[in-house]
Amino acid sequence: MHSLHVKVLAVLLVAIGLSFCYYKVTRLGLPLLPTEDAEVWTVEARIEFKARTTIPVKVQLAIPKSPAGYTVVDENFVSSNYGLTTEDDGVHRTAMWTVRRTKGYQVLYYRIHLARDPMAVPAPPQLAPAPATVPELPEVLRPAAQALLDEAKSKSADVVSFSRELLTRFNDADPDANVSLLRQDLQTPHEWVRREIDLLAGGGVPARTIHLLMLRDGVRHGDLTPWIEVYDGHGWQPFNPRSGEAALPKDCVVWQVGEGPVLDVQGGRFVKVEYSVSRHTQDMAVVAEHRARQMGSRIMEFSLFSLPVQTQNVYRVLLLAPIGALLIVILRNVVGVNTFGTFMPVLIALAFRETKLQWGLILFTVVVALGLAIRFYLEYLKLLLVPRLAAVLTIVIMLMAVISLLTHKLGIDRGVSVALFPMVIMAMTIERMSLVWEEFGAREAIQQGFGSLTVAALAFLLMSDKLLGHLVFVFPELLLVILAAMLLLGRYTGYRLTELWRFRAALRG
Amino acid sequence: MNWRHWLMPGRRLRELGILGMNQRNADFILPYNARARYPLVDDKRRTKDLAAAAGIAVPPLYAVVEIEHQVEELETLLEPYPEFVIKPAHGAGGEGIWVVANTGSGRFRLASGEQVGFDELGYHISSILSGLYSLGGLPDCALIEYRVRFDPVFDAVSYQGGPDIRTIVFRGVPVMAMLRLPTRESGGKANLHQGAVGVGVDLRDGQTFSGVWRDKPLHLHPDTGNAVSRIQIPHWDEILSLTARCCDLVELGFVGVDIVIDRDAGPLMLEMNARPGLSIQLANKAGLLPRLNRLRRLQRVPPSISERVSLAKRIADATSELRTD
Repeated sequence: MHSLHVKVLAVLLVAIGLSFCYYKVTRLGLPLLPTEDAEVWTVEARIEFKARTTIPVKVQLAIPKSPAGYTVVDENFVSSNYGLTTEDDGVHRTAMWTVRRTKGYQVLYYRIHLARDPMAVPAPPQLAPAPATVPELPEVLRPAAQALLDEAKSKSADVVSFSRELLTRFNDADPDANVSLLRQDLQTPHEWVRREIDLLAGGGVPARTIHLLMLRDGVRHGDLTPWIEVYDGHGWQPFNPRSGEAALPKDCVVWQVGEGPVLDVQGGRFVKVEYSVSRHTQDMAVVAEHRARQMGSRIMEFSLFSLPVQTQNVYRVLLLAPIGALLIVILRNVVGVNTFGTFMPVLIALAFRETKLQWGLILFTVVVALGLAIRFYLEYLKLLLVPRLAAVLTIVIMLMAVISLLTHKLGIDRGVSVALFPMVIMAMTIERMSLVWEEFGAREAIQQGFGSLTVAALAFLLMSDKLLGHLVFVFPELLLVILAAMLLLGRYTGYRLTELWRFRAALRG
Repeated sequence: MNWRHWLMPGRRLRELGILGMNQRNADFILPYNARARYPLVDDKRRTKDLAAAAGIAVPPLYAVVEIEHQVEELETLLEPYPEFVIKPAHGAGGEGIWVVANTGSGRFRLASGEQVGFDELGYHISSILSGLYSLGGLPDCALIEYRVRFDPVFDAVSYQGGPDIRTIVFRGVPVMAMLRLPTRESGGKANLHQGAVGVGVDLRDGQTFSGVWRDKPLHLHPDTGNAVSRIQIPHWDEILSLTARCCDLVELGFVGVDIVIDRDAGPLMLEMNARPGLSIQLANKAGLLPRLNRLRRLQRVPPSISERVSLAKRIADATSELRTD
């Protein structure tokens, strides 16, 4: 009856824990393994201008809108005394800084952190454009343009192949007379793209400019690169304006779509905008966290990542304690090991995290051995229990201080971390060990002490496992699974391993 | 010897019906022993009061030391008694029990032969009061009681201290018993984990058979060298009904009852234990499970003591095929 109840409860807990975990992995993309790092690009646009003193200043900068293939991890605007608003009309996004009165050189920053993310939400489909208006090319260019269009048209089947054909011919390294004529007055990349769009429009194909920012690590004074997009009846297809290749370059962000200026400054002169790009890696979990938050996931509202970093670090340690506790449950109820104090080894193992295993074992042994020696002297004084415990506690703290000082003087930094041992637990360990020593002899006491230390070392090895630490912190719902295991072990009525030895006489019969 | 026993020892133990610690806790102690009744057995003073009120013979209580202040009056307190036992009311595992004989002029002799004065006795009582021997280190009180003068029937097989009879009683029916004999190693104490010898007792007639010491089978007492088997325990039926009555008294379903036999007063109930140890199975060369399961299946246990004693004997009879004399 109880067993069935416990089993049902355990199955329920496991199901809840694992399904939350599954959801987080598959939908929110939280990484199961701690080693996964995400590539994060930091892009900064620096706007510089000299303000006119007479009129209010208004700066409009086009900024990226949910760039495809990337997750915006963070975005910020540095604008001291300017008022800031951002606008989003569905296709374009702009940041607008305004200030009524200012003077001198002004510098404004826009900074965005992007993480590469194959699972990022694709941009919503965009509206079909108005029919291409045939532009007025200068009289001299019209025959050349017409010839080029005819040529491209005759060698293509649809909008995409026509566009590719036209752009390839226009970019030919060894251009014919028509193309040379069309190209000869073009100076900037923008004019180049403008001319190509005009030609495409002449062929009845709607096209537009987009501005890309190439993500190249270490770029300092970069600029945007114009690119061409052609509407093929279903959506916008990107084309390289310099080769006719139908693709966006690798590692780039669409900064702005359409013709409008990237930067528009009213009330300023000597306007300049520069882009810098740098790349670094960041914990995948943090990135996924941001993405999930952008997706508006309710679950992430309750994520431990939303806590202050200091508290996060506390929980990184605390969440490991149940794993240690489970180990203790197994060792005590399935194996049958006896330790001083139920969870003493877990607390000692937590202290080992700071001292590391080897030094932890040495320091623990030293403190307990010295404490025991003094405890035996106290026994001779015939003190009452509570004062004696208090005395042992005080002595343990003094021992720890002395060890810290000595090791510090000797330059052994690890030794200093003895201060992190749970001193009350140490004092109780010494007290109980001395009682066992008196009542059951030194052998039994040392055996149990050694057993406790072994369990603590095991717990430390388990709890310092990177994967486990990552799993419980990123997926705290897995603690429900641990809880289920504990409940099940709570109804375990099989023999303990040590009982097989204890009842060996019965086996012999 | 069957090699399979060693390959799958767990299965073999299950076949033998050996009760393990986990199963004892999960299937017997937790369901049958109500937490609220624990203080009745954990506090020996309450057990004693309860038993005395119900007319169950217990070693008479001389005095109770409850506060530190009383330690100063120890001399007048102990004056009338040439022999006595000091024990913690909440002790466990026989720890903190001193058997003391007054040798006159403020000197006392312990069961171990050690000579002590009032100072040591006072310190020992203070330790008891401060909770050194109590479960969880809670403040405790010290009982000073009658020193049992043991029936000479066990003299040949005990070393110092006193032998007692531990019976496990389930749902008011005795299921298994063993005689616990102190040894030099156990320091006069009758607890198996301290080194006492456990001897299986046939529930049907009160005769001892094979013993166990330090988890190993044993035939001769390690100190006296006399055979521990084939000893007839006196007052056997009285002991069985005493244990059954004790079980009713504290309303615990699964208890160990410790009984000593006084030369003059006969069987006296010493204490009870709500978490009885499992070594009794080794001493009896039999598992508890077959007997416990029979009782577990019973809809209703007969209310009368004599019926329960005969039920205990029937169950023992049906499950004692493992007994080897």
